[in-house]
Amino acid sequence: MVALIRTSLMLLLLFMILTGVLYPIAVTGIAHGVFPQQATGSIIVKNGKAVGSRLIGQQFDDPKYFWGRLSATSPYPYNGAASTGSNLGPTNPNLTAAAEGRIKALREAEPGNTSKIPVDLVTASGSGLDPHISPAAAEYQLHRVAMARGIDDAAVRALVAQHTQEKRLGIIGEPVVNVLALNIALDER
Amino acid sequence: MTGNAYLQMGLYFCVLMLLAKPLGVYMARVYEGRSSGLNRALGPVERLFYRICGINPDEEMSWKKYAGAVLLFSAAGFLFLYLLQRLQGMLPLNPQKFAGVPPDLAFNTAVSFITNTNWQSYGGETTLSYLTQMAGLGVQNFVSAASGMAVLVALIRGITRHSSETIGNYWVDLTRSTLYILIPLSLVYSLLLVSQGVVQTFSGYKTVQLAQTITYDKPKLDDKGSPVKDEKGNPVTEKAEMKEQVIPLGPAASQIAIKQLGTNGGGFFNANAAHPLENPTALSNFLEVLAILLIPAALCITFGRMVGDIRQGWALLSAMTIVLVTLMVLCTWSEQGGSPRFASFGVDQSANDLQPGGNMEGKEARFGIVNSAIWATATTAASNGSVNSMHDSYSPLGGLYPLLLIQLGEVIFGGVGSGLYGMLVMAIITVFLAGLMVGRTPEYLGKKIEMFEMKMAALVILIVNALVKVGTALGVATAAGVAGVANPGPHGFTEILYAFSSAANNNGSAFAGLSANTVFYNTALGIAMFIGRFWVIIPVLAIAGSLAKKKQVPASLGTLPTHTPLFIALLIGVILIVGALSFLPAWALGPLAEQVTAAR
Amino acid sequence: MSSKSKKRSLFDPAIIQKALKDSLAKLNPAHQIRNPVMFVVEAGSALTTLLFFHAVLTGKGEASPSFILQISLWLWITVLFANFAESMAEGRGKAQADSLRKTRREVLAKRLARPKPDAEVTKTASSQLKKGDIVLVEAGDVIPMDGEVVEGVATVNESAVTGESAPVIRESGGDRSAVTGGTTVLSDWLVVRITSNPGETFLDRMISMVEGAKRQKTPNEIALDILLAGMTIIFLLVCVTLLPYSFFSVKAAGQGTPVTITVLVALLVCLIPTTIGGLLSAIGIAGMDRMIQANVIALSGRAVEAAGDVDVLLLDKTGTITLGNRQATEFIPAQGVQVDALADAAQLASLADETPEGRSIVVLAKEKYGLRARDIHTMGATFVPFTAQTRMSGVDLDGREIRKGAADSVEQYVKKQGGTFPPEIRAIVDDIAKRGATPLVVTDKARVLGVIRLNDIVKGGIKERFAEMRRMGIKTIMITGDNPLTAAAVAAEAGVDDFLAEATPEAKLKLIREYQQGGRLVAMTGDGTNDAPALAQADVAVAMNTGTQAAKEAGNLVDLDSNPTKLIQIVEIGKQLLMTRGTLTTFSIANDVAKYFAILPAAFLSIYPALGALNIMGLKTPESAVLSAVIFNALIIIFLVPLALRGVKYRPLGASVILRNNALIYGVGGLIVPFIGIKLVDMLIAALHLV
Repeated sequence: MVALIRTSLMLLLLFMILTGVLYPIAVTGIAHGVFPQQATGSIIVKNGKAVGSRLIGQQFDDPKYFWGRLSATSPYPYNGAASTGSNLGPTNPNLTAAAEGRIKALREAEPGNTSKIPVDLVTASGSGLDPHISPAAAEYQLHRVAMARGIDDAAVRALVAQHTQEKRLGIIGEPVVNVLALNIALDER
Repeated sequence: MTGNAYLQMGLYFCVLMLLAKPLGVYMARVYEGRSSGLNRALGPVERLFYRICGINPDEEMSWKKYAGAVLLFSAAGFLFLYLLQRLQGMLPLNPQKFAGVPPDLAFNTAVSFITNTNWQSYGGETTLSYLTQMAGLGVQNFVSAASGMAVLVALIRGITRHSSETIGNYWVDLTRSTLYILIPLSLVYSLLLVSQGVVQTFSGYKTVQLAQTITYDKPKLDDKGSPVKDEKGNPVTEKAEMKEQVIPLGPAASQIAIKQLGTNGGGFFNANAAHPLENPTALSNFLEVLAILLIPAALCITFGRMVGDIRQGWALLSAMTIVLVTLMVLCTWSEQGGSPRFASFGVDQSANDLQPGGNMEGKEARFGIVNSAIWATATTAASNGSVNSMHDSYSPLGGLYPLLLIQLGEVIFGGVGSGLYGMLVMAIITVFLAGLMVGRTPEYLGKKIEMFEMKMAALVILIVNALVKVGTALGVATAAGVAGVANPGPHGFTEILYAFSSAANNNGSAFAGLSANTVFYNTALGIAMFIGRFWVIIPVLAIAGSLAKKKQVPASLGTLPTHTPLFIALLIGVILIVGALSFLPAWALGPLAEQVTAAR
Repeated sequence: MSSKSKKRSLFDPAIIQKALKDSLAKLNPAHQIRNPVMFVVEAGSALTTLLFFHAVLTGKGEASPSFILQISLWLWITVLFANFAESMAEGRGKAQADSLRKTRREVLAKRLARPKPDAEVTKTASSQLKKGDIVLVEAGDVIPMDGEVVEGVATVNESAVTGESAPVIRESGGDRSAVTGGTTVLSDWLVVRITSNPGETFLDRMISMVEGAKRQKTPNEIALDILLAGMTIIFLLVCVTLLPYSFFSVKAAGQGTPVTITVLVALLVCLIPTTIGGLLSAIGIAGMDRMIQANVIALSGRAVEAAGDVDVLLLDKTGTITLGNRQATEFIPAQGVQVDALADAAQLASLADETPEGRSIVVLAKEKYGLRARDIHTMGATFVPFTAQTRMSGVDLDGREIRKGAADSVEQYVKKQGGTFPPEIRAIVDDIAKRGATPLVVTDKARVLGVIRLNDIVKGGIKERFAEMRRMGIKTIMITGDNPLTAAAVAAEAGVDDFLAEATPEAKLKLIREYQQGGRLVAMTGDGTNDAPALAQADVAVAMNTGTQAAKEAGNLVDLDSNPTKLIQIVEIGKQLLMTRGTLTTFSIANDVAKYFAILPAAFLSIYPALGALNIMGLKTPESAVLSAVIFNALIIIFLVPLALRGVKYRPLGASVILRNNALIYGVGGLIVPFIGIKLVDMLIAALHLV
């Protein structure tokens, strides 16, 4: 028994050194060497200032920007320090209320647009930090953004296309538009 | 469902099977102590481990000693992990200066990780220091998985050996599982994940400038830091502005690799694999969801190899795959259906080339419906428990399928090792029923299944089943339990049912709306996880010991073949009956009631 | 008791009447606790009865008193049905025991002071006799107790035990020395040493066995019990926890009433495996009963079950595979000898030979060569009988010395006479032996006349039986004292899988041990004292009733017909027993699905009215839905009693085919049948306005 306990503790200590210290250090070392940008958060730097991460969405509600998914993080949306989904059940009235709120905002920002709203624009993402929307959601907002910025739709559409990621290998995943990158590109125009 | 949905699922299973075969063969070599190709590099490390710990690798253990070693090693892990969390405030590698974890949460998290459950009561980026993540959670991610694999290998030895008192050496099985299987795979995987954008760094969180300033309602706090409430009890808010965003970082990739491979599932970040820094792209998602089932699937092949009849392994793998594919398709179909209420608001829920459609609440745009449903069913089939979408927001039936997969006892792929040993217990029960039906004392792979085995098998099923039912009853009957419920109506019941199902079956996923970080849930779920793991391991090892002692019965025409489609069908039947049948009344009050009510 | 009367009809009114009475007596909880499943049902019945009285007395019952009463009544009926099934099975065994008991009447035995027939006699009641006492039994006397003949030869009528009316010979020494208490000596006398104490005789053991008084649960039955108990606990938890679940749901839905205790009890009884639980002991008793009907007494229940598992059958060649006797089939003359002359000499040598082989030689000579049998005494011939020393028999006649015997003995004889044994005869002998027949060499003094071929005659239909066994996965092994050549030929003709030639008791024992070492279950039959060690070692050992006491003690089954092929039937009965348990368990569990669909929507309808969508059977009202499920659950037990008593039919097909058939019939059937059954009961209830 004593021998078993001793072995348990020794082995745990060795595994801690190996898998808890050496392993992550080794991975970090290699990662920084080979993929320095990705390993440190895919930060977008503009004029020497970090303005966001390509992978973390930001809150937009100005008509001149493309809007992203709803975010349920607290106390404010797209709080990078506390990722979470809404966890609203399918029959929860708050779920419909949130969607209705977003629908109302979208309709108010562009009263002339009567097309159906893509579902990803009225639902909260799982992480609350989703950087993407669907191409359909971008298309829905395209005219509004162009109007607000006083440029023609085609120019915006070209930018959207630039920031659209197709399915990998044509099969895997969904086509998405990176909202933050697109909005930064719009600002840079 | 679109054609692309089937194509993605097909691709997933194809790649899984293609990889499972060689990995399974490799693992069989590792456990049989034969040369595996990595011996030259890792052999010296292995021998060094044995020398330092005073382990004689040739010493064989009886099942009781083996079980004792499993328990002691887990106890050591628990103690260490608990202390590490409590003391993290005084320890290094804590750039965010997190304080020590409160006792109930530390207990829950420690049990959660030594049992390979990885239930997340904690929020990674808000509670745990880098040191706790790496040297605490990260280590248990490896060794709790390796423990499960070791117990499985001991059971396989029980089947293959005859007239033997011993079932192997736990220290050796544990060490070899970690060194030869988990570490090499994790190394490769973590680098693949970093390439996709998963972070891996020791520097602190990064603050960035927002493109658009946010104005929001900030809860007003009094001097003591607690929220101020108005006379009606609602929190008082004030307008506030936010110009910056915090980008959480950390050594995530190395931990995510093993949390996926070792069916752990405890996220580096709170949102788990839905978090863009934990699972940034469709490709990283494919790799991660592949990792969930990779070792459990490959272990079936290992099993076939070790018992000397590869068909036996394929039979179990087929049974698992059939159940999973069925539920995966059903879940996708259910989620793709979307919400009837949204349709009435003029929301477009159709799936096409430009949008995923369906029920997108709690799902990420880059994963859409299909990859969320694949993940949700794979992670609950295996006792992984990581999520890339929020199960709580699934449609009633879409959420029922993951729940069902958990309640089946985590034998459809299941945890690494634990899934297959659970499956073997199911096979033993099936063989017993089928054997009686053909008029013979049942035997499985040449071992007679008798009283003792049935007693232990019944115990395995009974304990987990009872934990879920009694736990849920406790949850719905106590004020502390009901207080955690986030959603009204039958959905709230499902949240509690899901929590106890997940904990007792060591899955770890959640209907996350449930506020589980309370003394009640931390304690109750912690106990459920503990019993659900070790009170299953002990009977399983007892079966291993009892089978090892028996003589090998040679097969004859009167022997029931256990690799045929008929047996696979029966096995699935038994799994459904044991797992699903007794939960039907509970579903009626949860997801089924919600579904029929919503459909009205 | 003729063997015909044993084929008792399933529905013997006398047995049914007694069973009905017994099933009431069995309501005693002390009896029910032995069967956890039915104990739960009884507890549920009692609980609902209390609820009924509560509802009537206070007027504030959880449901209408009439509904509670009907549920409660049907639950009691469920218990009664299960009791009835058990009583039926026991009743059939008791009837058998009663007829056995009649033979065990008290007799006055003639106790001897010494083991000599002329010793002084004391009249003693048979119940006073003890082991070791010596008694004299004369013609017309009933043998008082089991014993062993120490002196004398007598014919005995054993029909009281065996049902076979032809008398048998019992004599001291050898394999026919055992006598059974209760049998009658027909002629002559016997001196018998009593070998058992009162209450321990063979007859006593048989009686207690068939009555089921000593019936212990067999290993497989216990294993199944564990599984059933496990499921019962799970479903108990389902129902108990449903109460808090439904309280919560009432709050969550803001409407309805929690599920009632009555409905919970009804659900519980419907879910736990009552069908198999209620019939389990009946199946076991009925299995023993079927053995008895086959005229086999099982001395342990374990042996019946083990019979179904047998992998290897050891069968004696003689009497089991071949007819007891070899027969002459050909005369092969030596060079220069006419075949008629050989036939004539062979017939002469055999005229006085009363063995079946001898007689077959006489018959062959007569049929093939027209030689009529002659009276040896009128011819003045002297018969030379077979002795262990010469190992030949023959006749001395007119200076001729005709001998017949095994080649080796004859060769010695010829050489002693100064002759030579012709090599061509040796060749013929070897050839015959190689073909599985037995050669007898005939010689006249030193002149070898030729060879008689004796053939083993394989029983008709035996090859098909063995093929059947092979399909069942059972390996057949022939045991014989013959040389390997002979053995191989007979084995090939009979179609056995293997054989053990020149078998000695030690070789048999070794063979059994080897197979058991390899994990196989071995069955064998035996009758001689020298079989006893092998019988004791075998897993299933069938002793012939005509065999010695030692053999009977060593065996765990006794075949009253002393028919060695009975083993095959025994295996089938064993398999039937296991199959009946397996299929009814499957059926029982499969039934649960339909019962859920009947009860769940009814139970939760007030909380979530939309759950009515689950009422796919379209049952009239919640009350009638619950009641029909309970009634169906009770009725199915009584419907399945005949199946439980008769057993599921066994056909010798491969394991996969049997499994597929049974899984389809009892698994899929078990899913579908209750949907129909419950719907029918519901329609009936609606028609009768019961609720």
